[in-house]
Amino acid sequence: MAANGSGGPAVRVEHVSVTYRTTFERTPTFKSAVVRLGRGERAVKVVKAVQDVSFDVDHGTTIGIIGANGAGKSTLMRTIAGILPPNEGRIEVHGRVSTLLALGVGFNAMLSGRENVVLGGLAAGLSRREIQERSEAIADFAELGEFIDMPMRTYSSGMFSRLAFSVAVHMEPDILLIDEALSAGDARFKQKAAAKMRELVTQARTMFLVSHAMNSVKDLCKDVIWMHKGRLMMRGAPGDVIDAYTKFLRVGEDAFTLEDL
Amino acid sequence: MTGTRLDEDFTSSVHVYEPHRSGLPRLRPYVRELWRRREFITELSRSTMRAAHTNTVFGQLWLVLNPLLLAAVYYVLVTILRGGADDDAAERFVHLCAGLFAFYFFAGAMQTGASSVVGGGKLLLNLSFPRLLLPLSAVRTAFFRFLPTLIVYIPIHLAFGQPLNWEMSLGVAFLAMLTVFGAGMAMIFATLQVYFRDTASFLPYLVRIWLYLSPVLWFAEDAPDRFADWMIINPLFSLLGGWTDLLVRGEIPSASLWIAAAAWSLAAFIVGSLLFMSREREFVVRL
Repeated sequence: MAANGSGGPAVRVEHVSVTYRTTFERTPTFKSAVVRLGRGERAVKVVKAVQDVSFDVDHGTTIGIIGANGAGKSTLMRTIAGILPPNEGRIEVHGRVSTLLALGVGFNAMLSGRENVVLGGLAAGLSRREIQERSEAIADFAELGEFIDMPMRTYSSGMFSRLAFSVAVHMEPDILLIDEALSAGDARFKQKAAAKMRELVTQARTMFLVSHAMNSVKDLCKDVIWMHKGRLMMRGAPGDVIDAYTKFLRVGEDAFTLEDL
Repeated sequence: MTGTRLDEDFTSSVHVYEPHRSGLPRLRPYVRELWRRREFITELSRSTMRAAHTNTVFGQLWLVLNPLLLAAVYYVLVTILRGGADDDAAERFVHLCAGLFAFYFFAGAMQTGASSVVGGGKLLLNLSFPRLLLPLSAVRTAFFRFLPTLIVYIPIHLAFGQPLNWEMSLGVAFLAMLTVFGAGMAMIFATLQVYFRDTASFLPYLVRIWLYLSPVLWFAEDAPDRFADWMIINPLFSLLGGWTDLLVRGEIPSASLWIAAAAWSLAAFIVGSLLFMSREREFVVRL
């Protein structure tokens, strides 16, 4: 495994559990809170998204995270990025993190792509100069042309995800978290994105790749984690873990134990 | 591009994330991170203002037109209620303008601040940063919307024959306290808005009644005697009362008004920021 000699893992996850307390209602309102109080109901439903997960990731590793929907992959990514606090355990992150999570960039659709990139960068703690240095490369890589200066409400969904991917990979992070990014754009952009990611791998960046595309996981990752219902099921070489996972999907949860392997 | 970065701030950073139940984050690193990202406050408020005025004919002019029209409407209302008694019409109008412009600055900070966190949903879900940036940016937006009206106030002040004097400059102190108070309220309502989405629909009524309870449409000394002792409970009584006393009449407010204004603004800011910071790690889950 390619560790770049900086000593210690890039990310250390120790017995981390994340518990959501979500409300039943789609949007919490005062009225529904009063109604609930009248009925004596509790508003929150506890969702155990991640349960007692521990692992270390060395510098320069590309690690894939696979698992069914709702396995807690995205939650784990958000916890490592420091967006969601863990309820138990401890996470240590050495280096600067850049995220490409499900929603991408652009929180204000009225603003242009460029303005959204600048805002995201400033919020992430970059200086204006650092963002300007990257700004052209980001626009070029995303192949947006003049759309980069148009309001983001005029973007197609492909343009959205292309820009999001481009921002994430150009932030020169030490640790890159990518959630379902290879579904971005058309076939040609997918190839370009995969090439860019391979380039980052060779630069000894640490990368987390959440994906349902087993081929790209096999292609890019040296190490794979399989999660199921918030628990870490298995960690190992891509071939082994993916085989176990696909077998698990085929035979179903009940008939499956890890001893079968 | 190489794998190493020269920027010490980023490469040497080690983040540790541990549970902290509704507790406060450690304040010093929090404030340091906040300060490091101060440019975000400016940029967010600038681009929000740019985006808000792209679709209107008069554009930025509305920032002045709107409060002026409001002042005219309220002046007519007050005159009718007073049965046409116009003993000090000029001073009344100037006082109304000064009070109303400042009040709408405060209300703007509170209302845009309230929706700032929920409105920044995607940014919150994707990036980790001190969330306090969002309401603070809303306060900056409100302030820069208020500035043009402050400039318009000067010709109004002169046109209606009010004297200029050095005491007017002390108004800056009350403006600063009003800003701090507005920031505190913005943080409180931003937090409430995450938990109860109807806060935003409820706020306009609070703003309206607060306007009527504050010495904007009436002079502070017009307050009925039986309420006079209670007036100090309203933070805007001291904040706006001191502001208009200085700006319109050039009178230095009594010490009690200074103390009340300072106390209210500090209390709102401290309560607001502590409430916000202690809750901000939960925001992502609630969006």
